[in-house]
Amino acid sequence: MLDIQKIRKDFPILERQVNGKPLIYFDNAATSQTPQQVIDCIVNYYSHYNANIHRGVHTLSQEATDAYEEARIKIQQHFNAAKPYEMILTSGTTDSINMVANGFTSLLKKNDEIIVSALEHHSNIVPWQMLCERTGAILRVIPMFENGQLDMESYTSLLTEKTKIVFCNHVSNALGVINPIEFIIEKAHEVGAAVLIDGAQASPHIKADVQALNVDFYVASAHKICGPTGVGVLYGKEEWLLKLPPYRGGGEMIDQVTFEKTTYAGLPHKFEAGTPNICGVIAFGAALDYMNGIGFEKIAAYEEELLQYATKKLLAIGDVTIYGTGKKTAVISFNINNIHPYDIGTIVDKLGIAVRTGHHCAQPIMDFYKIPGTVRASFSFYNTKEEIDVFIEAIKKAKMMLS
Amino acid sequence: MTIQEIQAEIVDEFSMFDDWMQRYEYMIDLGKSLPLIDESLKKDENLIKGCQSKVWVHGEMQDGKLVFTADSDAIITKGIIAILIRAFSNQKPSAIIEANTNFIDEIGLKEHLSPTRANGLVSMIKQLKLYAVAYQTQLN
Repeated sequence: MLDIQKIRKDFPILERQVNGKPLIYFDNAATSQTPQQVIDCIVNYYSHYNANIHRGVHTLSQEATDAYEEARIKIQQHFNAAKPYEMILTSGTTDSINMVANGFTSLLKKNDEIIVSALEHHSNIVPWQMLCERTGAILRVIPMFENGQLDMESYTSLLTEKTKIVFCNHVSNALGVINPIEFIIEKAHEVGAAVLIDGAQASPHIKADVQALNVDFYVASAHKICGPTGVGVLYGKEEWLLKLPPYRGGGEMIDQVTFEKTTYAGLPHKFEAGTPNICGVIAFGAALDYMNGIGFEKIAAYEEELLQYATKKLLAIGDVTIYGTGKKTAVISFNINNIHPYDIGTIVDKLGIAVRTGHHCAQPIMDFYKIPGTVRASFSFYNTKEEIDVFIEAIKKAKMMLS
Repeated sequence: MTIQEIQAEIVDEFSMFDDWMQRYEYMIDLGKSLPLIDESLKKDENLIKGCQSKVWVHGEMQDGKLVFTADSDAIITKGIIAILIRAFSNQKPSAIIEANTNFIDEIGLKEHLSPTRANGLVSMIKQLKLYAVAYQTQLN
């Protein structure tokens, strides 16, 4: 059992008030809040050993480099990658995806095929469309069912020897549905396609084991896992990272430079041009320490309890449609009657509650349901049933005012 | 009435309300009661894009005055539109160009006109002013 009251004390932001009411933060799928341990890590870095890494011989630089590389190992161990240098540190999930999509430019030819799922965030669609424009490759889409689950039969029939890369999120950001990535990876490999899984939404709830998954690329952002914004990771199997050309030119990523020719550094530096977000990476490591200290199994079990509790109470209000059912993380994406989600979001904000409203950067999903958007409440391990009770009352009030 | 007088009148009306709930309930009522735009004008070229709620705006000259109609698919947004239309519509373009929207602050709805709010209202006001500038140019 988690001691939620003790955990809540780790998050100073949970003390604050919004519009005169205690903050109830249910927008965890957008970004998670930051525990004091991570804030302290950031303060400590800038107070004691802020320096550029991988170049200075002086003590500060050495300390910063050591802390940065230790963080890389923490991230490697968290995702159970085989080698630390398979963890490329990036500015976030979007950056990581673009790195892979860009790298595939030289590996694709006209009429090759790329498969993405119908459940994708815009950042997961656009880089592949751009890749198609550059290479003449064709984008195929795994369709979804009304319940938000992907159609695996259609997926299997899309796979051919032309398929070069399959891209899917582990968990849908708009609906919270957990996708059958084990099956997706296995089937893609049967036709020799590489698989990139976006773990941004899964990572706060599910500890992915990249070796057990046998996935080629897996990406995530620190800020969804109690870490800072502007930091993320691209896991790539060594063989794939060696195949991909560097994404950005600059310092850190080179071996030898003359005006005639430059040779690139080895992994991971080939992909880490310029001064990285040193403090952010170190704080990412601290965030993973914090989360692992609590334990992902306990976190998942508690969040499931919150999800079930909130779902039951929400449906009891009546006229509620929940989008996405089945195996889910602690996310409820819903609408009430024909009330615009923006209106509901506005009223509940007045009551101190933070939820996301809109299309969640996933317009194709909203088009599929023929709705302008949804209200999305997403829970974290520091939320409570009491907060859900307040939220339910707020939704009832909004429904009454807006109906 | 001038724009300023209408705005003062709206501020006066809102001063009756004690709390945000009453203000919002009033706005929601305004949003529900008014047919704001002709269905045929709810077309893509009148739509302000990139917002969570859809906002349509149309303006045309009638007897030397600029008349606006607008609408939204979100009811609170529609309520604020009703207030804005009341303040700005049926006025000379020059007056619309000069007018400000400070009264929205005074009636406690400031947050809806924040440039970072994705409700389309800021773009709508910009659009109202653009209409005014365009018709003023014609008049000159």
